[in-house]
Amino acid sequence: MALATRTERPPSLIGTVWHSTVGKKAVMAVTGLIMLAYLVAHMMGNLKVFFGAGEFNHYGHWIRTVGEPFLHREWFLWAARVALSASVVLHGVAAFQLSRLDRAARPEKYRRKRHRASYATRTMRWGGVILALFIVWHILDLTTLTVNPNAQQGRPYENLVASFDRPAVTAFYIVAMLALGLHIRHGFWSAAQTLGANSARRDRALKFVANALAALLTCGFLAPPLGVLTGVVS
Amino acid sequence: MNLTLRIWRQTGPDSAGAMTTYEVTGISPDMSFLEMLDHLNEELILAGDEPVAFDHDCREGICGACGMVINGQAHGPERTTTCQLHMRHFEDGDTVDVEPWRASAFPVVKDLVVDRSAFDRIIGAGGYVSVPTGAAPDAHATPVPKPVADLAFEHAECIGCGACVAACPNGSAMLFTSAKVVHLNVLPQGAPERESRVLDMVGAMDDQSFGGCTNTGECATACPKGIPLSSIATMNREYLRATLKGGARR
Amino acid sequence: MTEYAHYGVGAPVIDAKAPDGPIAERWDRRRFDAKLVNPANRRKHTVIVVGTGLAGGAAGATLAEQGYHVVQFCYQDSPRRAHSIAAQGGINAAKNYRNDGDSIHRLFYDTVKGGDFRARESNVHRLAQVSVEIIDQCVAQGVPFAREYGGLLDTRSFGGVQVSRTFYARGQTGQQLLLGAYQALTRQIAAGSVEMHPRTEMLDLIVIDGRARGIVARDLVTGEVSSYFADAVVLASGGYGNVFYLSTNAKNSNATAAWRAHRRGAYFANPCFTQIHPTCIPRSGDHQSKLTLMSESLRNDGRIWVPKAKGDTRPAARIPEDERDYYLERIYPAFGNLVPRDIASRAAKNVCDEGRGVGPGGQGVYLDFADAIARMGRKAVEEKYGNLFEMYERITAENPYEVPMRIYPAIHYTMGGLWVDYDLQTTVPGLFAIGEANFSDHGANRLGASALMQGLADGYFVLPATINDYLARHPHEPVDPGHPAVTEAVTDVTTRLRRLLDNDGDRTPDSFHRELGELLWDECGMARTDSGLRKALGRIPSLREEFWRRIKVPGTGEQLNQSLEKANRIVDYLELAELMCLDALHRTESCGGHFREESATPEGEAARKDEEFSYAAAWEFTGTGTAPVLHKEDLHFEYVHPTQRSYA
Repeated sequence: MALATRTERPPSLIGTVWHSTVGKKAVMAVTGLIMLAYLVAHMMGNLKVFFGAGEFNHYGHWIRTVGEPFLHREWFLWAARVALSASVVLHGVAAFQLSRLDRAARPEKYRRKRHRASYATRTMRWGGVILALFIVWHILDLTTLTVNPNAQQGRPYENLVASFDRPAVTAFYIVAMLALGLHIRHGFWSAAQTLGANSARRDRALKFVANALAALLTCGFLAPPLGVLTGVVS
Repeated sequence: MNLTLRIWRQTGPDSAGAMTTYEVTGISPDMSFLEMLDHLNEELILAGDEPVAFDHDCREGICGACGMVINGQAHGPERTTTCQLHMRHFEDGDTVDVEPWRASAFPVVKDLVVDRSAFDRIIGAGGYVSVPTGAAPDAHATPVPKPVADLAFEHAECIGCGACVAACPNGSAMLFTSAKVVHLNVLPQGAPERESRVLDMVGAMDDQSFGGCTNTGECATACPKGIPLSSIATMNREYLRATLKGGARR
Repeated sequence: MTEYAHYGVGAPVIDAKAPDGPIAERWDRRRFDAKLVNPANRRKHTVIVVGTGLAGGAAGATLAEQGYHVVQFCYQDSPRRAHSIAAQGGINAAKNYRNDGDSIHRLFYDTVKGGDFRARESNVHRLAQVSVEIIDQCVAQGVPFAREYGGLLDTRSFGGVQVSRTFYARGQTGQQLLLGAYQALTRQIAAGSVEMHPRTEMLDLIVIDGRARGIVARDLVTGEVSSYFADAVVLASGGYGNVFYLSTNAKNSNATAAWRAHRRGAYFANPCFTQIHPTCIPRSGDHQSKLTLMSESLRNDGRIWVPKAKGDTRPAARIPEDERDYYLERIYPAFGNLVPRDIASRAAKNVCDEGRGVGPGGQGVYLDFADAIARMGRKAVEEKYGNLFEMYERITAENPYEVPMRIYPAIHYTMGGLWVDYDLQTTVPGLFAIGEANFSDHGANRLGASALMQGLADGYFVLPATINDYLARHPHEPVDPGHPAVTEAVTDVTTRLRRLLDNDGDRTPDSFHRELGELLWDECGMARTDSGLRKALGRIPSLREEFWRRIKVPGTGEQLNQSLEKANRIVDYLELAELMCLDALHRTESCGGHFREESATPEGEAARKDEEFSYAAAWEFTGTGTAPVLHKEDLHFEYVHPTQRSYA
């Protein structure tokens, strides 16, 4: 009798994580937090728009030269872009797969449903879709400049002002930022819960931080377009 | 008092169901919700109709057998089990919708009766301490700090009624699963199987067509025993810890 | 009087398995003398276990761990829901962790005495011995017992004993112990060692060549009636308190498994020994479907009273102090509100019968905490009884901090059950009965926190040791599914179900159950009289006849049909009730839970008659409505000598 060959390999760490709902949520939490950290930096950068074209454009230039001379020009920027793209994709794919599972798990609705969960909680999916669409537009508008009316490389200040001179764009931007605020409000606390950082004692503090972050980021991101709209930035 | 009831009637697992309207009269405010259904059923039997089927047993809120969604809320408007919900919480003339737990993992058996055996399979995957009868050391061999014992108890109170799954928009069993994981994982007696338990139970849960957790918190608000939402966070932590330690399902 | 009351007396029933010698060595001796089954051969033996409560769950798990193939049944949708889950108080064990003078011998002594000298000494001593191991087992399973700050187990005193030996998990000890057993059982189900059939109800026993070889059971979802075969059958189907309709039992707890076994030859012992718990929430109206128990501990601080005047309908607060009758404190000044369960229950009945009861229908007495609140402060009362007060308020919508609670006695536990020998085997070889389903350990009255102890003792430790002997001693040929005994049992079941479904009557199952329950409660409840019992014995056969004439069961048998389940159980209650009344009638003494008004001391207290009735009454079935045959098992007391109780 031949010896049975052991064909089953122990499942890999990544495989285990990705194939369980809890693991996949953890992927969403980690990628969400990466994006959140990025957004904080992004928002602070954006606020430089209030200090004039010179400072804002200088900041735009600096991003490309971070780490020089150790790093080559734009290496840092591309590393960040890759990490963020991966985060967006993983976050989105995981969300999509989990949503499909969730819907399949509750095919029939109740005739009368009383919601106890908050609005932010119930709008995570549609909010996420709006944000995904926004990200695509946002890159086309202010990174690749494909749809930007000004479209001058190296002149982010002028590009931004030109973009927000279109009321429809500003409106879409505002909607997306409100969605972002709601998404963060539930998302940050949810990430803490998913990563096991929450506890009965920390719950209130975490919810407070989530609300504060949501408010801060929403206001911070809404300031530049409102500045353009009111003529403070031109 | 009199009520209009709209109750989900479904003759069997494979048949289609529908809401059916009944006018129920002569309800006492002191009746429990199930006694009100008993009252309706007595009339249905005498009229030659089939009574409404519903699961129930102890009628003191501990066995976890009863459960129905009343006006969109699992176990109804009070935070208790359906058997401990009394008619004084309704107004004369109300219209009340009564539906079974709805989740793919809990197929309807008949009317308001659902099959919750998926819960047993989750427990069977690891919701125990492997200690054959007779193999136990003296009860005082391992002291357990009181706060730990209290925490374990708080989670062990779960009655397995399924309200968490019914209330969850995703039909997720995270609160049920986490209650047992936390109960056993915080105790020294549960420590040897700490990693395999959480991996196996989460795995079994995922295998039973429950949805995932989106942290809506609906489960904890519906739980008649007050299992806290933090229970899920603790299970997540246990799961990630076990995964990072290289644990594997058995 | 009816023919039924003229029962025959058969040969005494003898416990052939009871070892002799010093009582402390008997269990060891029995275990050593019992034959064992080779571990490799155990998987060839199939054991059927009916019920998944503390006894059944523990037995199924343990037998499977030993290597047997277990096929287990419960009528609930999950084994976790068995009614053991509702036990509140605690579980006794002679651990002596308190160093307060407890010992195995003291627990044995208290239990025999508490049982009013109607239990077997050998069995009770074994129970006390095993109690110690139960706690170890449960702690190892992760049962979260209450602990002290040092991390060690907390205990409290319970049920009037003088030592603190009751382990507890808040007010949910039964739930926690049951979940421990359920988890152990579920582990074996997942491992494939236990074949679990939830939502499946045993409806008959299959006896072939005088031995129990299987059961007939109905799948409650599909309605399919099937037979299952085994080398031994274990009944862990609980007590029969629901024969009274209103009781603290779960709604679906029933006597069918035990009664069907009785009809197939298992003797039924002491059916009149039922326990009535004094502190239940009274019924609120005719719609009442079950009664809820509140912990007896309430009597430690609450004062029980009724108005002095009959028909006084004033709210409690308007009844002045001198118009209140604190009747327990008046009649029993030494013990006051803390008299034993049966005395407190009977006293409440008496004052209500006098027309002095309070609440709807006058079926209640006040349990007043006003003095306790004044003395200890509301906060202290809240800490001690907060959860009970909440439960009371949820059910009654009355705030017990402001108005006195109303309580009334209710059927709670049945000490009687299938007669078993020391090995827990019934008079049908191969049929075992464990937990509340048997009659063995509590005599005429059960002590608080002893039901959980007995269920787990039987399930974890006793049965798994004794069943080996039976399995090892007999060859077990495979059962021929076409055997006439199998066909007969299946036909009996299907015929009866058919008959229920086909009858075009005009009364619901519940209406019959209520009527029977009220009759039993009145005549075979807290106090029994010769005339009352004879009246009940006259009424039951006509109720049975009316049942078969007027019962209406809608729906079909090929589906989930809860009316059919109910009606089918009532058929057995209508026979069991008759035996209970006969047993109560024949036992013309007062004893434990059985109070015969004709047998009282001049002060009106229970008078036991040891010369005449120091035996367990094991009844043999002879046919529906025909007089059964009494087999006496004489009881001998070598270690605990009978004394008369006195609480005055």
